[in-house]
Order: sequence, then C-alpha cells, then structure tokens
Amino acid sequence: MTSALALPRAVAWRGERVAFALLLALVGLLALVPIARLAQEAIAPHGRFDPAVFASVLQSRAVWRAAANTIVVAIGGTALALALGTAFALLVTLTDIGAKKALVFCFMMPLMIAPQVTALAWINLFGPNSTLLRAVGLAPAPGSPHPLYGAGGIAFLLGIEQAPVVFLAVRAGMRALPRDLVEAAQSSGARPWRIVRTVVLPLAMPSVAAGAMLAFVGCIGNFGIPAFLGIPAGFTVLVTLIYQRLAGFGTGVLSEVAALSLLLALIALFGLLLNGWLARRRDVRVTALVTAAPSWSLGRWRGTAETVCWLAIFFVLVLPFAALAATALVPAVGVALRAGTATLGNFHFVLFDYAATRRAFLNSASLAAGAAVLLVIVSVPLGYTLAGRRPSVRQFVGFVAELPYALPGVVLAIAMILCLLRPLPIVGFSLYSTIWIILVAYLSRFLLLALRPVTNALRQIDPSLDEAARMSGARFARRVATVIMPMVAPSAVAGGMLVFMMAFNELTVSALLWSAGSETVGVVLFSLEQAGDAVSAAAVAVIAVVVTLALMLLANAFASRTARGVLPWQP
Amino acid sequence: MAALTLDRIGKRFGHVEALDDVSLQVADGEFVAVLGPSGCGKSTLLRVIAGFERADRGAVRFGERLVSGEGVHVPPEDRHVGMVFQSYALWPHMSVAENIGYPLRVRRLARRDLAREVDAALAAVGLAGYADRRPAQLSGGQRQRVALARCLAMKARIVLLDEPLANLDVQLRARMLAEIAAFRKLSKATLIYVTHDQSEALGVADRVAVMAGGRLHQVAAPAALYRTPSDGVVSRFVGPGAVARGEVTKTFANGHAQVALFGREWQVRSAPGQARGDAEICIRPEDLAIVAAEDGFAAQVQRVLYQGGRTVIEAAPAAEPDTTLALSIDSSGAGALGPTVHLALVDGWVIPG
Repeated sequence: MTSALALPRAVAWRGERVAFALLLALVGLLALVPIARLAQEAIAPHGRFDPAVFASVLQSRAVWRAAANTIVVAIGGTALALALGTAFALLVTLTDIGAKKALVFCFMMPLMIAPQVTALAWINLFGPNSTLLRAVGLAPAPGSPHPLYGAGGIAFLLGIEQAPVVFLAVRAGMRALPRDLVEAAQSSGARPWRIVRTVVLPLAMPSVAAGAMLAFVGCIGNFGIPAFLGIPAGFTVLVTLIYQRLAGFGTGVLSEVAALSLLLALIALFGLLLNGWLARRRDVRVTALVTAAPSWSLGRWRGTAETVCWLAIFFVLVLPFAALAATALVPAVGVALRAGTATLGNFHFVLFDYAATRRAFLNSASLAAGAAVLLVIVSVPLGYTLAGRRPSVRQFVGFVAELPYALPGVVLAIAMILCLLRPLPIVGFSLYSTIWIILVAYLSRFLLLALRPVTNALRQIDPSLDEAARMSGARFARRVATVIMPMVAPSAVAGGMLVFMMAFNELTVSALLWSAGSETVGVVLFSLEQAGDAVSAAAVAVIAVVVTLALMLLANAFASRTARGVLPWQP
Repeated sequence: MAALTLDRIGKRFGHVEALDDVSLQVADGEFVAVLGPSGCGKSTLLRVIAGFERADRGAVRFGERLVSGEGVHVPPEDRHVGMVFQSYALWPHMSVAENIGYPLRVRRLARRDLAREVDAALAAVGLAGYADRRPAQLSGGQRQRVALARCLAMKARIVLLDEPLANLDVQLRARMLAEIAAFRKLSKATLIYVTHDQSEALGVADRVAVMAGGRLHQVAAPAALYRTPSDGVVSRFVGPGAVARGEVTKTFANGHAQVALFGREWQVRSAPGQARGDAEICIRPEDLAIVAAEDGFAAQVQRVLYQGGRTVIEAAPAAEPDTTLALSIDSSGAGALGPTVHLALVDGWVIPG
C-alpha cells in the first residue's frame, strides 16, 4: 500500500476525467502528432504510401557516409562515456572518497553545459589561436589544422558530455544493490576488488548497459559538437547533414530531410527500445529492503584517487573553460592575455551593443522562462491524474512524453516544421518563422524534464493525504490547488529550473527553427563562431556557462525539499 | 432505521476475492469493530464504504440514500464520511487549525463560524493551544487527536477508523481508546473501526464483525462472540482457548448438549437445534479446571507461563497429544504441579455447523 497515489483501480471522477482527457490530448498534440507526421512525410509524402523518397535517400552515398560517421563517433563516444561514468559511479557509491558532493557536481557539469559551449571551450583550449596556450608558448603553429577537428575530437567530447548519463544510470543500479549480498561476499572472505568483479558489476550490468544505450542515443542526436568540430573539417554526421540540407535548400527539401530524420529516429529508437528491454531484464529478485551500498575505505589509495579525480576535472572542465574565459577577455584573437590587455568589452558588446546577441539573450530567456512556467503548470495536474491510472496507461503516457526528449532534437525540429508550416486552422496564420514555433518545440522537447520530478514526488507522498482531502469534500481542482500542489511544489520548481537551464542553452532545435529576430543564444553562438568572431562567441559562451552554474546553485537551495533524484547533480 | 447498510458487497482484485458477499446493518450511533487478520479484506470494506473503491457487486446505503451499487457510485468527496487514517493523513504544509478546518473551508463556511468550529473541535480533543503547530511538531498521539478533531469538525454522521492505533506504542493505545470513546459520545456518529487486534475490538465496540478471507464470519456483541463463536475461524481468532474435535451424544432442550471428548462425557452449551454426531468444541481457559485423577482426563503439561497473580498452564491431553489446551490458575498453586495434570471440562461450547 506504499506505492503512493498509484492505487489499483482508484476511482476517477468528473473533473478529474475532463482534466485527464485535456492533458492527454495536449501530450498527444505535442509529442505524438509531430512524430507521426514526420513518419508520414517520409514514407507517404502525398498521403499515399510511396517509399521512393525514402529509398532515394538510402541510395545516396553522402547519406551512407554520414550514417557511418554517426555510428563511428557514437560508438567512440559511448565507449569513453562508459569507462568514465562507470568508474566514477563505482568510486562515488562504494568508497569513502572525500568531497563526494563537489565531485558529483563537477562531474555532472558537462551534461548541464550546452555541447556547443563545451565544443567552443575546447576549440579555444587547443588550436593555433588558443589564447591560453599562446600565453605559455605551447600553441600549434598558425595555419595548422585544429587537433580536435574530425572524428576523434568529436567522439572525445561526446564521451565527456555523455559520461554523466552513464554515471546516473549506474549509480541508480548500485543504489538498488542489496547490502546483504555484498556482506555475504565479505564474510566469505572476498576482498573489495573481487567483490566488485564478481558481485557488484554482474548485478549492476543491466544498469551499465542501459546507461550505455542512453549515451549512444545522446551521441547520435548531438548537434553542437559535430557542428563545431565537424563542419569546418568537412566531416558530416546525419544530424549536421540534415541541418546543412535544410539550411542550404530551404523547405523545398522537406520530404528528403524528413526521410533522413526518420532514418536517424530509427537508429535512436533502436537504442531506446534496447534500453527499455535491458531495464526490464533487471533481476527482479534483487530488490532488497536494505540497499545501502558499502563504503569501503580506500586507505592509503584515497589520496591518489582524489588527486586523479580532481586532476581529471581540472583538465576536462577547468582548463577548457579557463581557455574560453581567456579568449573572452582579450580584445581580438591573437592578442596575448595580460593585465594590460584584459577587457570586459566583449561582454559589453554582446550584452548591450550588438543587436543580434542582445536579442538572442532576451529570446532565450523568454523562451526558457515561458517553457518552464507552462510545463510546471501542466505537469502537476498531469502527474496527479496519471498517478491514479493503471500502470499500463502510466507507462504509455510516460513513453510518449519521453519520445521528443530522447529522440534527436533535429528529428523533433523537422517534425515541428512539418506540422506548423501551413497556417493553423481557426487562427489562420502559420507559426513557422516566428518565435512561437520554437516555444512549441521546447514545450514538446522538455515536457519530460518537468513531468518526471512531479511523478517522483507524488510517488513519495502518502496516498491517504489525497484521500483525506476527498473525504473532506474537496473536488479535483481544489485538491490539486490546496493539497497536491503545495506538497510537490519544491520538486516541480526544481523541474522547472531544469527546463529553463536546458532551454536557455538549447541549439539543436532552434538551429533549424530560428528566423531573423527569433535567434537564440545557441544560434548566435554558432553564427559568431562560423563568422570567425571568436572573442564575441567566447563572451556569449561564458555568459551561458555563468547562467547555468548560477541556476544549478540556486536549485541546490531547494535540494533538501525536493524528492530524491530530481536534481541529477545531487549525491 | 439503519445508518449504514451493506448489501451483499463483492469486490475482486485480480484473482483475489477481497470482499465476498458481505452484508451488514449498522444502527445509527452504533460502534462496530471489524476484526480480522491482515489481508482479510477489512480495509477494502472500509474503502468501499468511504467510496475510494468501487464494489463490483452489491449496494451501500447511508440511511435511505443509495451511495454505491445499481449503477450508482457517489464519489468520496460527496459522501460526507469521516475517516481516520492509519497514517493520520495530516497535510504537512498546513497548521493544525488549517487541517481541522479544511472540510469546512471546502464547504465555504463563513470565516467566523469556521474559527469557532475549529476551536471547539480542538478543545474537545484536548489540543486547545495547538492550533498554529505543524503536524511535524506533534507526537503520534497528538496527530491522532487532530485526525479525530477533523472528523468532529466536519460533523460526519459516519466515521471510519482504519487501524487508528497501529502506529502508537502500547501505553498510548489505552489512552487513545478512551479518546475514541469520548469522541463517540460527543459526535454521536456511527463508527466503523477496523483492527486486527482483538483486545481493541472486544473492549470498545457494541458489536464486532469477524472477517476472514473476504467474508464476514460472525457479527455479534463481544461477549456473545467470545462465548458462542459461530465457527472454528471465529473461535480461534477471538480470545484464547482451543478447539477440539468431539462427538455430540445427546442434546437437551435447555441449550445444552452432552459431548464425548478426551475419553469422557461432558455437558456443555450448544445452539438450539444442535444435531448429534461429530462436532468441534470450543474450550476457553475458564472452561477447564484441575481435578482429582478419577474426575478428569490426564494431560501432559507443556508450558507454564507465569503472569503475575495468575499462571497459564498449557497442556496436551494424553488421548489427543496434538491438541493444546490452556487454562489459567492462581499462581500460588502453580508450584505444586507435576508433569501430568488431570483436567475436567466445567463448560464449553459446541460450535454450530
């Protein structure tokens, strides 16, 4: 009876039914309809089944090369993410390594910071124009190719970005690990390392595999990193191919890019379904009541482990962003950073003087705030009405809400164009080439980020609190407003902040949906970098990082009152 | 006029028959305890009455009003039934006064009336002065009393209590039982009290409904339940004692019968119209006495449990070593007991059917 509001066959009533129907329709419109429309455009462009477009896309050598590149960098990135994420999860959950909170916070940063910002930071760290390397005289010769351009650099950065995803999955698996199994191995005389190999890792294997699949899907859909490190080197993956086709030829090639998107979606869907299968395969017998992981003393190795961790964080996180900051502080590329040359002029320029960047900050902040507020408002009643439904209904709605978030952003963007290109019925105008199409796409893409914290929080609430309100005569709307909302508020707000953070830094969707006047921060960052204005790009990127960091710290203030697992960087 | 009528209620969860043909009439102002082991369906019964679960079959009536069955299902928010939850279900983000006043705010009571009702309810449960506390600042017993005050304030005519003492320690339970009795006096409401603890049920209720496997086995006053259980399940679940198999050899018109048991014949109580033949005999501790060897049957002493003034003896009859009989004797005589005692049946009850 502790499964919270999810009571079997709990009775639902009038107001609740109406609300549930409306919310379901909304989720369907935001998530299911666009993706169905995309599939239809790809295989039945004129209302009739016609595989010609899809087939012609599959016959193109450029497509095959891009698909092969996509899979190669995704596998490379996944392998690195798997190694980093699993090792870190083992270290944090099983040992007494110091300052775990700070370590986890830093480890999660690459996932929170936009990939294009990370890419820019690394471009600024190495490369002939590196302000930082020039300051110490280590920069490559001018004119030499950037060492990170191409498949290797892309896979490396994808691996660093996706490592937190693997970490989260493995840590969740380790937390479900029954302590008595580990203790039984200990009393059998096994040493910690043997226990890890023979007990912990085999039991955590489904979680490790699930993390790998999620990282793989994340790698496939990433746009920022291959856009910054691939396009200048002529290295194309599916995502950048779709972007280039659409940017180059406009909406005339919609059927073709829809077919490309479908191909990409199918690769991602394969990973998602495999992930779902692995999650179900998790040994159900391993659900003990006592699940506290052991805390092994690292002994004399503790210092070494801590040094390695912090050195890795220094090289992977601090150094690239120091390089980024250094570039943002010099008046022009090539100027050495010294006390005399340092300037805040670039920041002043992008925030106040340059119309496009000023507009972009305003646009991104409004879009992010709008999406966050709307999604929090929707997700509380949605989560509440879902909680009383059958598990099959909950799972289906959860899957539908997950689709736009898990599928590559490019796929969602193309789907949104297909749905919103023609004038809407009733209102009679098209949302395409306005800022509203981006808002709709964000609502679709980030619904899951707002919904999941609410469902987590509801699961931890005693169902009798809701029943006591019903017994008191309170109907649906009143119960949501006076009982449910106040109790889930901290988690819902934290979810809203996640939405804001992700939407503010978003590039993949808006790169395909923006128009003059509706640029986002991601889009201007991309344009500035392509135009060669490295110092302004660096300044925009630094501001984006500062906003992200500030939001993470602000959300931490809620941490003690949110449901466990809402903020991914909380230990 | 019954305040609450349950008419042949049935409810399945998958393959489990949670409620099987349950019928019960509760008079206005009556206090009925539903007693049964965990998983017997008693909580489901409560949830059907409150409206949180919809019965598959049968009807629920509050007085004349049909609230469930025949295609009707009045939602819980329209039933006006009070409920004291096992977890108390106090909203953590509201003060004690806000918790108690919530049902009144829902009914849009004027602010002044609301404050008066809340104060009265707080005073009634002895929590005047606690109005502004948060539930987290209260002890378990105090939370319980706030939950009672909430039902008091909403003036529910039917109040359901779901194992209300389960989360309290032993000393507090007796105090809370007294509190519930006081609540009953004040509210004059009809009370349905669900518990698995027979001492709670027998101590406070007008009638006790014994439930097992989704079915009501017997509904009777506590003394009747103890003295004349209707079947083996009830006699085993209610009160100490044993059930032994014997044979009814003779029946008398005055509600007695002669039974052959442990190799001798005894006179015990029986239901009118009891047939002769094999039967189960319910033997309570006070139905047994230690007698001289020639007046009783031999039994092997298995355990001697000292309990202060009284000592409980558990013994197995030599004729039926698998049956364990219990009797209670004055502790002063316990020291003289040998390994074998001789027991006589001074009373007993032939379980009907």
